[in-house]
Amino acid sequence: MFDLEPWSSILDIAAGVLVIGGALLSLAAAVGLVRFPDALSRLHAATKPQILGLILVVIALALSVRNWAVLLLLTPVVVLQMLTAPISAHMVGRAGYRTGDFDPDTLVTDELAADVAGAGRSDLPGAAEPSARREGERPSADPSGETPATP
Amino acid sequence: MSILIAIAGAILAIAALVALWRVIRGPSIVDRVIASDVLLTTLILVVGTEMVANGHTRTIPLMVVLAATAILGTVSVARFVTRPEGTDTATTAASAKPDSTGKELS
Repeated sequence: MFDLEPWSSILDIAAGVLVIGGALLSLAAAVGLVRFPDALSRLHAATKPQILGLILVVIALALSVRNWAVLLLLTPVVVLQMLTAPISAHMVGRAGYRTGDFDPDTLVTDELAADVAGAGRSDLPGAAEPSARREGERPSADPSGETPATP
Repeated sequence: MSILIAIAGAILAIAALVALWRVIRGPSIVDRVIASDVLLTTLILVVGTEMVANGHTRTIPLMVVLAATAILGTVSVARFVTRPEGTDTATTAASAKPDSTGKELS
């Protein structure tokens, strides 16, 4: 359709740069896995290359091959990853919250804790948190005071 | 071009090794699941990078299958960890607790 022959070297270099970008995102996720303290922080780092790194490498492959049929084959890769990565991140985040594998002091807000306390689930880690974290605005009639799970 | 691909391959190898280190060391099972997810994502990127390097498209179906089935192991392990009440949630949480506290010791 288009005559891409004069652009081939530029497109190849662009493909190489995009591949390096995807690899750097993967390296950032790996460094985050090692450096971050708890599971939810590591989950935040780990979800970066799943979408953006994959998109970069797929664009690099499309620029390198320069074929419309290949682009048609590469689209389901990105679409499937975009459909499934949020589900797995949600499930792992829920697992990390329920096993208490995070530091409650590092949270800006914990909206799930109020729901957990309202549901009467005192066995979950978020149940005893509103009374433990916010000393200034502690409600007097807090029903979730029996199990101080926070250290 | 080939120098760029070689640099990308080296970075991906380092990322895969670091993720594998977290899979081995990871204090709780949630950490291992997250690290194995990163390892699988790195594997998909390696497959794509290899196609860019060698200029073929034979392993695109492998990328499709890996992207479609990456969710299965993660979700099944996450469902195992957060089993609802009435079953062995207490034993699962109790077995995860000493690991997460042993993280600071090691």
